[in-house]
Amino acid sequence: MAKAAHGSFAEAGADLELVGIQKRFPGFTAIEHLDLTIPAGSFFALLGPSGCGKTTTLRLVAGLEDPTEGKILLGGTDVTALKPHKRPVNTVFQSYALFPHMTILENVAFGLRRRAIGDPVGKAHEALQLVELDHVADRKPAQLSGGQQQRVALARAVVNRPALLLLDEPLGALDLKLRRQMQFELKQIQQEVGLTFLHVTHDQEEAMTMADTVAVMNKGRIEQMGAPEELYELPKTVFVANFLGQSNLFTVDVDGGTDQVIHTISPSGKISVPRRRSERDSGTITVGVRPEKLRLHASAPVDDASINVIGPGRITDVSFIGVSTQYAVEVPGAGTVQVFSQNVEAGPAAKLGDEVWLSWFIEHTFGLADDHLETGAITADFSTQAIATQAGLAE
Amino acid sequence: MAFTAFSGNAKAVEQAPKKRGWIALVLLAPGIAYMLLFFVAPFFQLALTSLQAPAESGGIGQYVAAAQFSNYWVALQEYWPHLLRSFIYSLSATIIGLLISYPLAYLIGVKVRHRPMLQGILLILVVAPFFISFLLRTLAWKAILPSEFIGTHFSVIFGLVYNFIPFMVLPMFASLQALDLRLVEAGSDLYASPATVFRKVTLPLSMPGIVSGTLLSFIPMSGDYVNASREFLGGTGTAMIGNVIESNFLQTQNYPMAAALSIILMAIILIIVATYVRKSGAEDLL
Repeated sequence: MAKAAHGSFAEAGADLELVGIQKRFPGFTAIEHLDLTIPAGSFFALLGPSGCGKTTTLRLVAGLEDPTEGKILLGGTDVTALKPHKRPVNTVFQSYALFPHMTILENVAFGLRRRAIGDPVGKAHEALQLVELDHVADRKPAQLSGGQQQRVALARAVVNRPALLLLDEPLGALDLKLRRQMQFELKQIQQEVGLTFLHVTHDQEEAMTMADTVAVMNKGRIEQMGAPEELYELPKTVFVANFLGQSNLFTVDVDGGTDQVIHTISPSGKISVPRRRSERDSGTITVGVRPEKLRLHASAPVDDASINVIGPGRITDVSFIGVSTQYAVEVPGAGTVQVFSQNVEAGPAAKLGDEVWLSWFIEHTFGLADDHLETGAITADFSTQAIATQAGLAE
Repeated sequence: MAFTAFSGNAKAVEQAPKKRGWIALVLLAPGIAYMLLFFVAPFFQLALTSLQAPAESGGIGQYVAAAQFSNYWVALQEYWPHLLRSFIYSLSATIIGLLISYPLAYLIGVKVRHRPMLQGILLILVVAPFFISFLLRTLAWKAILPSEFIGTHFSVIFGLVYNFIPFMVLPMFASLQALDLRLVEAGSDLYASPATVFRKVTLPLSMPGIVSGTLLSFIPMSGDYVNASREFLGGTGTAMIGNVIESNFLQTQNYPMAAALSIILMAIILIIVATYVRKSGAEDLL
């Protein structure tokens, strides 16, 4: 047995480094080319639709699959050739994978016993206390609810104090309320024990609320990586703009500019984008803005160099959400544009069928790296549908 | 930590809905009638026969109803070596059969699980011998095996192993086919070597298949009278209790003796099986 996996706990989280990883299965390539460094002690999320290669990445790190090419380093040590049971890594499986023939306590003590760590029963009880399930220690997994099983799976992994903890959509099967609570608990546990967490999920909200760094994966590649705010405010590709939150995108032609700003024209109006916020600066480009950055006007706003204006358009849908109202505005030449408006005053400010102009600050515009947009303006629908579409694209 | 919001609500209360008594009875009736007619009644007949005494007239095969419990004592005194031999043969054949069947079932149920075509072919190969009469196949072995080998302990055990392997493989296959391989992965993720994963995860989870497979072969093996008979793979010193019962019933027509031996055999098998099932922790099977 490797030293790292025997007899002692990891003292701290370890850096994970993936170098030139490629994974091919007969008939398809799950991961094209992946270089990734996750610093020790961080909470890192791999976000993407199903089939994007994120679970394969996790399985490669756990040692459950071998990469076709590339190296995996953990705390500077090459672990590519190590069998899973010799890696100082533990996984919280999507299916929980609790041993049905063992009690909860024996499930949690399993890893400790294999490494001959002292007082496995005491430590297992402690871990169960951490997830507030010590009172079910003598039961079998089948006697527990889904949420409880999930917490046992977490305790069974955390109790080993792995240098790196892998989470494979562990919250997927829980209902919304439970999921919120578990997200909070997981984050807290990560901060308390200081381990490195690698979390795989297709839930963008989960990734954004929990992780320090989010990597958006698509078709076996990382499209963009960064802090959640950064990814949300400045997406660099159409995929990221639509997968992470919703976006209004416009296909426009570059028409001059200054040091600071690129000017563009489109059938629906002139749109400017800050030069530093645009991936491209010539030809036909795709620019976008988040729906909550838009403002509705009943008449054409006065010219102002700091704002973009499009319109007039007609409101085709109004949905009152409570905290906000979501409008769909049909703008000739730009398609349907989504506007989220905070309900600061009581009730919606505009009605179905109203003629409106839309404005937003130039500095909220982003320019994407993609060549063009096939369908004109895309407005991402509510997440499930968007995920389904993107998953379809990823096939 | 604030886990309290969703803890302690997992009391899965198992409460069967109240059945309407008469529907249950109607549904059970055919089964009960069958058991009464073909198990309980013959069993009482057998028990009564085992206590009969020879008729006054003294003719062969002539017995009258009695309560002659000494029949059992005589049967045990006379035939205990055959009983012992039966169980030694069956136990050896069960162990050898297990060593062959488990790896075979593992291959079919786990290793080729993702290749349904191959899995189907292998399963057919296991079951195929059933298409030919049990007696014919056993006779064929008598022709195939060297004649010095026939009539020994080994040839009888060989015959038992051969004839009962499918009964072992199928339940073990069913267990292993249902084994969740994600549990095997979880085991290796939790620092268990492949050997430990087998011992701690695969083996315990396939135990129901092992228990039912070994029982399904051990029980009929103990009463088998074909393999050990002299017409097949047996010889002068290989008679099992099944052969003794057969000859008492059909040749010497000592019905009380044959009946008493049958009941003794049944009782011993019952004790062995109950102990085995209890020890292996597979009470659910009973």
